[in-house]
Amino acid sequence: MKFKIINKGTAEYQEAYRFQLELVNQRQKGFIDDTIIFVEHPAVITRGRKGRKSGGNILIAEQELAAKGIKVCEVDRGGDVTLHCPGQLVVYPVFDLNNHGRDIHGYLRNLEEVVIRVLRDYSISPERIRGFTGVWVGGRKIASIGVGVSRWIAYHGVSLNVSPELKQYSMINVCGMEKVRMTSMEELLNRRIAVREVIPVVAKHFNAVFDRKDCWDGREDGSEGGKKNRFKFSSAG
Amino acid sequence: MKEIILPELGEDIKEATVSFWHHKEGDEVKAEEDIVEFYTDKANFSVKAQASGILKAISVKEGEKASVGQVIGEIEER
Repeated sequence: MKFKIINKGTAEYQEAYRFQLELVNQRQKGFIDDTIIFVEHPAVITRGRKGRKSGGNILIAEQELAAKGIKVCEVDRGGDVTLHCPGQLVVYPVFDLNNHGRDIHGYLRNLEEVVIRVLRDYSISPERIRGFTGVWVGGRKIASIGVGVSRWIAYHGVSLNVSPELKQYSMINVCGMEKVRMTSMEELLNRRIAVREVIPVVAKHFNAVFDRKDCWDGREDGSEGGKKNRFKFSSAG
Repeated sequence: MKEIILPELGEDIKEATVSFWHHKEGDEVKAEEDIVEFYTDKANFSVKAQASGILKAISVKEGEKASVGQVIGEIEER
């Protein structure tokens, strides 16, 4: 079985969303294996199911958003309002949860675990806050998580702040919570860091956390060379 | 009658809120198609129809909560 990775580079939210749904459909039919999409979105605000009910949480006027060219999209994931923008690594795993325990909240914890391990690799000390899905560092949020599940196929996923312009978050109450401060890897490390640098690290920890030993296509001896070749990167436009 | 039940969704999910029904009472539904969508704090998920027929009753409406195992509607089988 292969664990496929698709690096879409930068793509509009809606385009990537349609692409996800296509993969969900193919995964349901068994045409493809578990797949992870990596993408960066131009600035966009999305509102999950919880946000649809709670209303507010977007703090700037519609005209102002329009002037900035920022759209608001209603989406079929859990959670409230979030913002995507360049510098944020968005990860959409399209996974069949039948093979990963059929436990939706357990799946959320596993996604947190992937991010936690990535950050530890960069000597950042992340934490979970019980009742507040996501990953936090010193009380500030660094990664947001919200998923959709259709017939046990999971989609949507994780957004990790690698190097976004943090002041953009002042446009929303992140995840519908007031006074949540966001941070980023760049802020914590006090150096420039590129999204593309983080992608292979995230891929590596997905493999470990979801225990996909069967997707190993590198060397048998466990050397670094093998590990580096573990994933086949492909571009899907 | 085929009952529509909120299924087990994992260890710590005890209840979920209906986001919307894909159909109204009286609509014809087909087995295996998505019939109702739920959400919890950070996840949303759809439940499919277990049988083809007429959606006879919706007992948990949009915005209302249901517990795992609870009957949320009924399909009159055809």
